[in-house]
Parts: sequence; C-alpha cells; structure tokens
Amino acid sequence: MTESLLALDKVDGGYGDFQALFSIDLHVAEAETVSIIGANGAGKSTLLKAIVGLVRPWRGDISYDGVSIGHTPAHKRVAQGIALVPEGRRIFDSLTVEENIVIGGDVGRPGPWTKQRVLEAFPLLMRLLNRSGEGLSGGERQTLAIARALMSNPRLLLLDEVSLGLAPIVVRQVYEAVPIIKAEGTTVLIVEQDVNQALAVADRFYCLLEGRISLSGTPGDVSKEQITEAYFGMSRRSH
Amino acid sequence: MVWTNAIIQGVLLGGLYALFATGLSLSFGVMRLVNLAHGDLAIFAAFMTLSISTSLKINPLVALLIVLPAAFVVGYLLQLIIFDRVVGVDPAFQIVATFGLGIVIQNALLEKYTADTRGLNVGRLKTSTIKVNDTIGIGWLPLLTFITAVVVLSSLALFLKRTKLGRAFRATSDDPDAARLMGIDIKRVFAVAMALAIATVALAGVLFGARSSFDPFVGPARLIYAFEAVIIGGLGSLWGTLAGGVTLGVAQAIGRQINPQWGELFGHFVFLAVLVFRPTGMFGKVQSR
Repeated sequence: MTESLLALDKVDGGYGDFQALFSIDLHVAEAETVSIIGANGAGKSTLLKAIVGLVRPWRGDISYDGVSIGHTPAHKRVAQGIALVPEGRRIFDSLTVEENIVIGGDVGRPGPWTKQRVLEAFPLLMRLLNRSGEGLSGGERQTLAIARALMSNPRLLLLDEVSLGLAPIVVRQVYEAVPIIKAEGTTVLIVEQDVNQALAVADRFYCLLEGRISLSGTPGDVSKEQITEAYFGMSRRSH
Repeated sequence: MVWTNAIIQGVLLGGLYALFATGLSLSFGVMRLVNLAHGDLAIFAAFMTLSISTSLKINPLVALLIVLPAAFVVGYLLQLIIFDRVVGVDPAFQIVATFGLGIVIQNALLEKYTADTRGLNVGRLKTSTIKVNDTIGIGWLPLLTFITAVVVLSSLALFLKRTKLGRAFRATSDDPDAARLMGIDIKRVFAVAMALAIATVALAGVLFGARSSFDPFVGPARLIYAFEAVIIGGLGSLWGTLAGGVTLGVAQAIGRQINPQWGELFGHFVFLAVLVFRPTGMFGKVQSR
C-alpha cells in the first residue's frame, strides 16, 4: 500500500457535548484526489476542521506525513503544507482581492504557486485586484478562496463545499481548477454534497452518514444504488 | 472670536480624547475586547511617569522613553495572561476581568500614592501659548498633544495598511478562524494589538497628567470619554476615532462657552445623538461576528 500523506485513525470529535464524528478511519496518499460525500449534517465539514486544527479530536489520531498533528495549532499546520478552502469562502472583506491573495502566501512553503502563477491560473482575478473582498460575486469569491489557499503552496489542499450556492456554470468553472491543482502534484481532499461532481474528479471517495463512514472505494467500482444507500442511510455496509 | 477660540480649544482637546480612544478602538477592532481598565491603565502610566521623572530628575516627557516600551510589554503580557482567556467568550467575562483589573489598579495606586491629586511638571510647556490675537491663544501643550495624536493615528493607519502584520491585524479583525487558516498566529496578533493599545493609552495618560491633575480614581472618566470618541467616530475606524475625539472636544468646548458647567453635558448629548441617529458612528466599519 502507498504510504499515506494524511491518515485518520479512529477519530471521534464534535462541538461541546455534540459528537459529530464517530471512529473515522481515513487515509489519503500523496498526489491522490479523494472526495468525501454525504448529506447535510453528515460531519464532512467537521472532519475537515479536525484535519486543519479548527476542531480538536476527542479521541483517535490524525497524522500528516507520518507525524501526529492532533495537538498542532491550526496556524502551524499551514506552514506544514495543509490548506483549507473553507465552506462559505470566508474572504476577508476589509482586504482587497490582491491582499486576500497575498495573505495566503504570508505563511507557507516555497513552491510553484506565486501571485503571478495564481493570476495566470485564475485570470478572472486579474481585473479585480484592487476591489475589496466585500463586493465580489459568489463565483469570484470561490475562485479567490482557492487562489488564496494555493498561495501557501500546500501539499494537501482541502476543498469544503466549493459548489455550495453557486450556479451550475460557475460550479463547472470552479471544478476546472482541480486538474490544474493536481498537475502541480498537490494532494486534494474534496468535501461535497454534489455527488456527481465529487466523484467525477476523485480517485477514491468516502461517504459519510451521521458522522460515520458508510461507504468507501473508487468511483468506478460502486453502483449508484450502493452510493444512494450509503448517502441516505438505507444501509451502513462498507464497500 | 470667543467662539472661534472655543472651537480651536475643543479641537485640540479632541486630540487628547482621540489618543485615549485609539487603544480602545484597536483592541475592540481586532479582538472585540472592551477593556474597562483602559482609563485606569492610562492613569497608572501617569503615576509611573511621575515616579520615574521624580527619581531620575528628568522631564516627564523624557520619561516616556522608559514608560512607553514598558507599557508595550505590559499590554503584551496582560493579553497573554488575562485577556486571552476572555476573548471570544461571553462578554460578561470580559466585563468582570477588565473591570476587576481596573479596581486592582485603582487600589494599588491608592496604596502607593494615596488619594492626593498629583500633576506632571513639564515646566514652561504647560503655560506657553502662541498668541494669535487678543482672544485667541493656542497652548503649546494642547497643540503638541493634538500633533502627537495625528502622528500616532497616521503611523497606525500606515502600519495597518502597508505591513504584513497590519494585514494580519485586519484579517484577524474580519474573521479570526479564517486568519488561522492563513497561518496567522492570532494569539500573537492579539498580544501585539493590546501592546499597541496600552502604549497609546499610556501616552495619552502622560499627556493628560501634564495638563491636568490626577488621582488614582480619575481613570473611569477617561474611559467614558474614550468610549464616546470611539462611538461618535465609528467602531474600527482609526480616523473616525480622531474625528470622534475632535467632535467630543468641540461639543464640550461649545457647552463650556455657553455655561462653564455644561461642557461635559454637551459632550454626552452629542454622544447620545450619534447613538440615536447614526449608531454606526461617523466612519463605523466593524460588524458583529
């Protein structure tokens, strides 16, 4: 088996008294693209927050590049090469688009993604550089959020619900960025409610149901019926 | 001419209020912390300056070379040791922690310096005046205070706009969790913000002590003026803070011109009018999060 860049071992977690994750086992190999699908409230975003350090796991271990990072603060994980494009984009409204891009690279690793490279990959941002983050459309904000995350030259890029609230044509444009990112050797972990979109770009996938992994495998090896069962909870068998 | 003089004096007084308010605006803008000990820390700095200038036999304004770096360190440590525990939680904890700190400072000063009123002796600077004509005179100390406020606010605005740390300040103010995702150590950002806040209020405290008498219990009144300046100018806007301070100063000067006892009352009226008609202030930017 290929050595994992990211591995979660029996991770439990949640908020306050509410448990959102139950014994999650998950691994992602270097340069792999993995999707996590599941209905609203399945625990997908909590899982990503645990990986980046915004939620501390209650039990279990998260290791990155062979080292346990369960107690590493979120800001230090960025320097280690983990970046998240958060749900809702979370653009800094009081910064200009250019500042939003640059701040993504203030702490990070050296690598192919520079301001110039990002603007080449996302030319839409070129004409917005002096605009404030506040007045951007949903698609512009999402593109900016991806560009900002890439500026830290992550080894592992996490995309959280990038299609949420966007028109289908904009979603297609956003997902066109995934092959560009993969081409630089970046490992990508995608959380998505839109199953078709998520499986189309993934080498492997996990399906979450009520905080547990209900199905995992490669997109070509499972039937629509199996995915439907795992997604909606009609069966909890692992593939 | 009498009114012109009143307005000029109000503008200059507004510089002092803006200096008091700068730190409050900064700590609220970056970490949404309302520091009720803000005025007491200013008076604490005035007493420290009194002790240093007396023991070293130096001008209180020269003692600032010691007091300001010390205030920066105190602010940094206060944030790490006390305020970090109450940022981002129920505001009631902020009130208890900062109000408690204020009481501790007042009583410590009372113990050390007694309740006697004191003043900082800055020599002829206190009384020197630029005489424009028979009715208008501009005091050097108020003018120096106003210029200091403008320089401090300009420097802070440049720092926020042009530096990497300033950008981190603005990002943290917008969304602390998203800032952490950019690799920003928000605890360090908070500590530096508080250090700058305490250094600016220490400067305000010393300039206040140079023009007025003070005792261990005058801090809360400075806090109220600082609050009013911040609210009038608009939360989160540094230039708004200057505008708020000047507006408050002019309102007080006009009130005092009408009746010597109406100065503070007029200031409070303007503050209430802003709350009623323009709650975001003149240049307000900060949103709740």
